[in-house]
Amino acid sequence: MTLAPTAGIGFKPQHADDVFACASPALWLEIHPENYAVDGGPRLALLDALASRFPLSLHGVSLSLAGETPPDPVWLRRLRTLIERTQPVLVSEHLAWSSWDGNYLPDLLPFPRTHEALSRIVEHVDRTQTALGRRISLENPSHYLPIDGHEWSETAFLSELARRTGCGLLLDINNVHVSARNLAADAHDYIDAFPLSFVTEIHLAGHAFDEGLEGLLIDSHDAPVATEVWDLYSYTLQKTGPVPTLIERDGSVPSFPTLLAERDIAQAILANAHGRTP
Amino acid sequence: MTSASFQQAFAEALGAGGSRTAFSDHPAFAVYRNTVMRGCIDALEANYPAVSCLVGRDWFRSAAAIFVGEDPPRDARLVAYGERFADFLARFAPAFELPYLPDVARLDRLWTESYIAPDASHLDVASWRQADPTAMTSWHLTVHPATRTFATDLPAFSIWSPSRAGEAVNGDLVWEPEAVMITRRNHEVRVTPASPAVLSLVHACEVGLSLADAIRTTNDAHPGTRIDLLVPLLVEAGAFASS
Repeated sequence: MTLAPTAGIGFKPQHADDVFACASPALWLEIHPENYAVDGGPRLALLDALASRFPLSLHGVSLSLAGETPPDPVWLRRLRTLIERTQPVLVSEHLAWSSWDGNYLPDLLPFPRTHEALSRIVEHVDRTQTALGRRISLENPSHYLPIDGHEWSETAFLSELARRTGCGLLLDINNVHVSARNLAADAHDYIDAFPLSFVTEIHLAGHAFDEGLEGLLIDSHDAPVATEVWDLYSYTLQKTGPVPTLIERDGSVPSFPTLLAERDIAQAILANAHGRTP
Repeated sequence: MTSASFQQAFAEALGAGGSRTAFSDHPAFAVYRNTVMRGCIDALEANYPAVSCLVGRDWFRSAAAIFVGEDPPRDARLVAYGERFADFLARFAPAFELPYLPDVARLDRLWTESYIAPDASHLDVASWRQADPTAMTSWHLTVHPATRTFATDLPAFSIWSPSRAGEAVNGDLVWEPEAVMITRRNHEVRVTPASPAVLSLVHACEVGLSLADAIRTTNDAHPGTRIDLLVPLLVEAGAFASS
């Protein structure tokens, strides 16, 4: 099953009743498998109910594909079980690491994009796609500080990774904007250099200004999508044509109708992008 | 710097004890440090709502930060994080003046365990009622995977119950031991007061005794218990699985 290029929403449990009552056509939902991969009980029952009504996207945050050690085989088995159970239309992860020495660090951490890192991540993505029996997509991360020792640009790195593993790419437009601001780069240049033919999904979210450090943007997902991000989104769609697009909101979560209205903006922009082919 | 040494230095810098590096000296490095710590503390706060309600948010988050340093998550399923938080509170000096706090934390934890336990169909009340009483004595009842029991020397349940709902604890507590049974039916976790005989019966079934032996053991330990009433109540509460 492939996903039509429509707009979806990151599912929040507090919206469950509204979501099941929602008559909006072509709505799809995204969840973090880490929150649902339990042995049983209400969470799993909720996920089953969502999967029976809506196309689902499983967006992982913990595989640590850029980590030193291979992806945890126990987690891969759990993820595969969840995939078989929910038959998601998309499965994605991040170009980041989040575990060290067996400890889980709940963030998406940066690394020097070296040839060594590329070979390792290619192996981890291969291993993941084999274990899951399907293709995954990788998301470009948000950056907050310069890291020394890069041998690849992020766009070239992602392109090579997709070419060598067959994985797709998840383009997070808010992350592009936040990273460009924080690293004094140009967001449009990044989009121009991005290997757009591999993109299976786009993420949109709000960001915040850091309380301590002037000018630093935080990928906080706690605000509506910013104007600059909507503009960058339209710019991207001119190049790609319509791509399934998700509105993410994790903090200061508004009512479901408010979130749905924001999703409808993305839906309208997508409808305008019709007729263009990637 | 190799990839491994970069990640090691980065991970150490996220904690308190890391040596200084170009990236960890950057003011924006605090974003990573704060995000990691906040993610762990938020998870503990979500998993221990009664404890948080009792001690207040600031106290809870300060204590949680110390716990995170000692016992960081090993599993990304943060709903299960904090298995040893009650034990930590039991040896955490600032909590000594609240002697019931570790047992309140244990109740929060047992709630979580029940909440995420495997699904299994319940022993059916109707088939229980229709069964031949003499045949039933040879039955082995399987305790449902979401069933838990807990006994405490303190009125920890009377403190936990309103705290879990975010309400104040009644001032006229009776300072005596309490016991509870935790069950999950229709995807709802229920924590109910139970007699010591209930705990004894569930435990006897858990270790594999036949129903007849479980009843005998419970009777020996708690003479005068109306087991004929006890067992159907447990079945109705969903304490047992169908096989």
